[in-house]
Amino acid sequence: MNIAPSPLPPLDTLPTWQDAGSSRIPFWAYTDPQVYRRELERMFYGHGHWCYVALEAELPKFGDYKISYVGERQVIVVRERDGSLNVVENRCAHRGVRFCQKPRGNARSFVCPYHQWTYKLNGDLAGLPFRQGVKKDDGEVQGGMPADFDMKQHGLTKLKVAVYNGLVFATFDQDAPSFEEYIGADVLPWLNRIFDGRKLTILGTNRQRIPGNWKLMMENIKDPYHPGLLHTWFVTFGLWRADQQSRMVMDEHGRHAVMISQRNAGGEAKAVTEGVTSFKKDMALNDMRLLDVVPEYWWKGPTVTMITLFPSVIIQQQVNSLSTRHIVPSGPDSFDFVWTHFGFEEDDEEMTRRRLRQANLFGPAGFVSADDGEVIEFSQSGFRQKGADGATLCELDGRGVAPTQHMVTETLIRGMYGYWRKVMEL
Amino acid sequence: MSKLIRPQALPLSVLEAQYYVDQFNATYGDILDRGDYDAWVELFTEDCLYKVIPRENHDAGLPLATMALESRGMLKDRAYGITTTLFHAPYYQRHVIGVAQILNDNGSEIRATANYSVFRTKPGSVSEIYNVGRYLDLFLREGAGLKLKERVCVFDSEMILNSMIYPI
Ligand code: FES
Ligand SMILES: [Fe+2]
Repeated sequence: MNIAPSPLPPLDTLPTWQDAGSSRIPFWAYTDPQVYRRELERMFYGHGHWCYVALEAELPKFGDYKISYVGERQVIVVRERDGSLNVVENRCAHRGVRFCQKPRGNARSFVCPYHQWTYKLNGDLAGLPFRQGVKKDDGEVQGGMPADFDMKQHGLTKLKVAVYNGLVFATFDQDAPSFEEYIGADVLPWLNRIFDGRKLTILGTNRQRIPGNWKLMMENIKDPYHPGLLHTWFVTFGLWRADQQSRMVMDEHGRHAVMISQRNAGGEAKAVTEGVTSFKKDMALNDMRLLDVVPEYWWKGPTVTMITLFPSVIIQQQVNSLSTRHIVPSGPDSFDFVWTHFGFEEDDEEMTRRRLRQANLFGPAGFVSADDGEVIEFSQSGFRQKGADGATLCELDGRGVAPTQHMVTETLIRGMYGYWRKVMEL
Repeated sequence: MSKLIRPQALPLSVLEAQYYVDQFNATYGDILDRGDYDAWVELFTEDCLYKVIPRENHDAGLPLATMALESRGMLKDRAYGITTTLFHAPYYQRHVIGVAQILNDNGSEIRATANYSVFRTKPGSVSEIYNVGRYLDLFLREGAGLKLKERVCVFDSEMILNSMIYPI
């Protein structure tokens, strides 16, 4: 199956990035449809990028499948008889039908309803009606596929798959480096801290459609500047604020990152709360169970790690709440954000309840993340308004790119756009 | 769900419960549409459960909800969040709640369900269908009125339009 990207428009039809560096991001990077097209080809479908598609625990049994996305392309993640996982494109090799319509299920093969081409779970074409034609009573054979029709050439598009300690990633790029290489030695240990091979349990899904460019969500979780300002809960209860011990880590390309921090007691430390309107000195919860934090043995210090794995997923550990947040882009102006909350099989009932209670902080209605979706929508509105003329400014803590030992910085955002410029050749 | 077969003519006791629940739901919708979250809190019992959960999770038996509040205290914390801590663009809500179906009434508690749709209108914008679903309720008879001991809003809408700030 040929998966070569469609030809790109010539370079000169794309806008030009005027400034040096990556601290001023032109608004067209978020709004221009040609730029977005190239992003899909290079960030989501090619250039060795691995995209998140599922958690293994969602598909425990042979034949279990779920529909997921790589960029805008719909794919099916399915469990093989031998326990491995396949990812195939949900597009019939005959006439392009998106044949699988049930979001989750269990199957032994996939049959396209239109002309009943049948595929094995690994995407191979297993059979098709009237391949040899239809034999009439007098022995004459009518129709049928040409003699040189090769079943092997007409399977579903198969993606390369990486299963990593319970996480499932896929890529259309058959030449992609190994997943570990892709993540890099600086970020991998932080992934291992959560995903060390322990069995996960799935708590459920939340889905939101955010009318903004997909990169804004990556930026949001590479932006340690905002949580102590936008989110009252973070600053008031000491979950995330500038006087905490923190570290900003990134991979050698600047594309993946981890924001690491350790919770402090909260309260009024003047240097970080004075003039911060979101800080509520006298705020107290009526029901403390919303923030009943119990340290876990595997934290080893940090109470929060926010991991951005470019371009498709954010992995959240904020105290006892854990989730993957899948970015599914849909045009330059919108993306779907799919949250899967999880815990571990080793959790007792109390811990599961605690994770579920703390889930009130996150998701589309979350005390500290509903406002992220809102500001992303406002950002996109602002960019559209200004057209191609303006740029965002990310110069907190300088204009360069380097890991830091504090959170008063926009270095991770600059890191991502430095990489973006390189890959996009813009 | 319930195996209850509705009789042709309803016993008066069911009609009474029906009347109470429909009146309650009318008030409930009105209170939320007016944005009176303190009054919303008062519609629940002290040890109440309020959940807004995607149908996807509910049908699969997965516990994660979009909002999950387990006491009137938590409802108060949500109300405070809406008015004070959650930064968001304002919007109107308009609830249209269908006639309740009474599943059980033991004299002190009523189990009922009702379909709902919630429309959202942002300033300067058109009205959108925001959230469509079904209330699964447990009411407590209290004096002349009812209080919610449990309201689980199971919603069909597969995508939340950006964020969910106000209760449903
Ligand atoms: S389009 Fe799928 S079998 Fe014809
Ligand atoms: Fe945030």
